[in-house]
Amino acid sequence: MKYIKTISGSNMKDTILKGGCGECQTSCQSACKTSCTVGNQKCENR
Amino acid sequence: MDGRIHKFNLNNRNIVLDINSGAVHVVDDVVYHILDYYSTRSLEEIIDLLKDRFDGNTIKEAYDEIKILIDNGVLYSEETSTMNKIKYNEDNVVKALCLHVAHDCNLRCKYCFASQGDFKGDRSLMNLEVGKRALEFLVENSANRRNLEVDFFGGEPLMNFELVKELVYYGRELENKSNKHFRFTITTNGLLLDDEKIDFINEHMDNVVMSLDGRKEINDNMRKTVSGQGSYDVILPKFKALIEKRGDKDYYIRGTFTSYNLDFSKDALDFYEKGFKKISIEPVVTEPDEEYALREEHIETILAEYESFSKDYIEIKKKDKDFLFFHFMIDLDQGPCIAKRVTGCGAGAEYMAVTPEGDLYPCHQFVGDENFKIGNVFSGIEKDELREEFKEANVLNKDECRSCWARYYCSGGCHANAYNTNRDIMKPYKIGCEMEKKRIECAISILANLLE
Ligand code: SF4
Ligand code: SF4
Repeated sequence: MKYIKTISGSNMKDTILKGGCGECQTSCQSACKTSCTVGNQKCENR
Repeated sequence: MDGRIHKFNLNNRNIVLDINSGAVHVVDDVVYHILDYYSTRSLEEIIDLLKDRFDGNTIKEAYDEIKILIDNGVLYSEETSTMNKIKYNEDNVVKALCLHVAHDCNLRCKYCFASQGDFKGDRSLMNLEVGKRALEFLVENSANRRNLEVDFFGGEPLMNFELVKELVYYGRELENKSNKHFRFTITTNGLLLDDEKIDFINEHMDNVVMSLDGRKEINDNMRKTVSGQGSYDVILPKFKALIEKRGDKDYYIRGTFTSYNLDFSKDALDFYEKGFKKISIEPVVTEPDEEYALREEHIETILAEYESFSKDYIEIKKKDKDFLFFHFMIDLDQGPCIAKRVTGCGAGAEYMAVTPEGDLYPCHQFVGDENFKIGNVFSGIEKDELREEFKEANVLNKDECRSCWARYYCSGGCHANAYNTNRDIMKPYKIGCEMEKKRIECAISILANLLE
């Protein structure tokens, strides 16, 4: 591609099939205790 | 179709986010401009609209590239039809607890949501019976989840450190019996740290959150000792000693910003200069009428502050990859599954807080408000309807979130913030939303810069 660079092609929709395994960290426990951000968390199941 | 992408320019990058697939593209100006019209105009019309800026051939080529992305399902993609079938925690698993081991504190921070540690109740310490029962409650309610989290919280947990130690040992016993794994963490103001406690924490705690507010004058204005002195000079050396012996285990030094330090990037940078690399600076959570509260009139300044910090961040990050600002971290490839992304923090469902008396609340921010008492570790969950309310409070059900581009990153915001400002956990806290969206934009633009 000449005009577009895809930095993440990951398709979140694929994960819907698996459902949540629930093993990942609870977001509020990690650093903040006052906010809810999940975009920066790691999946434990890959 | 327009609600399916979000585009922005930050840190010299045009970024296009495909909301439903999670794909992220860095695009040239021509693509960026075509996207303003793509869903409503024909190619010929677009060529005409943009003819002063780009020649027809360039526009045509870029237009074709856009089409390829669409065909590949990474641009203007639809929300999957199975989205509403996502089941959240149907079997009511609890996998994380915040243990308020001490409703007492040895600092008098002005903004403390715990009312100087006692959560508007009597000062009290958790006893061993309650603590052990809390861990058992967690094991019993965790079904087949293996990883369980326990945060030692307060008030100030070091004021009841013997209990913390006993509970860690008890947790290890339970692990062996039940095939579970406990991740222990502690959130402390550091005042009572000594070598022995530091060693224990470094050995047993998977993460330690150290509360301090950045620059000395900022800290000392809000975080006072019982006698009204600034706490910075006593605490800083203790936190330094802790991280020196921490190896590569996780920690965060965590500050709060209020309307008094809207230039909070200086606090983050001050931490960095003092040798701390994993930093989190959080907006204060409080009732809107406090003088130090963040108000709508501050939004513009705060957003500009995040942007300017993201520029510094890119520069530092190029030299030091270990530097981390919690809200600028984003993982576009290995991030959480969609079930996690729509359901958020899990408060009141898979995450709960336990008071010294063993009462359960949806999370640490709700402790002390009787209306939110959800049960007790001895008698179990008593208010199923309250748990259901929290489970339902997710991006699929909140009106504002349904149409928000940030919904799969933010996952619906903080219920406590929503409740404090709107008395309704279904109505997100507007200032929080603005900050969250800006932080996500910053995080993605940082990544786009660092990938090259
Ligand atoms: S930023 Fe606000 S509206 Fe958007 S998903 Fe988060 S809480 Fe909902
Ligand atoms: S409601 Fe807010 S403070 Fe409580 S766990 Fe969720 S994000 Fe954290």
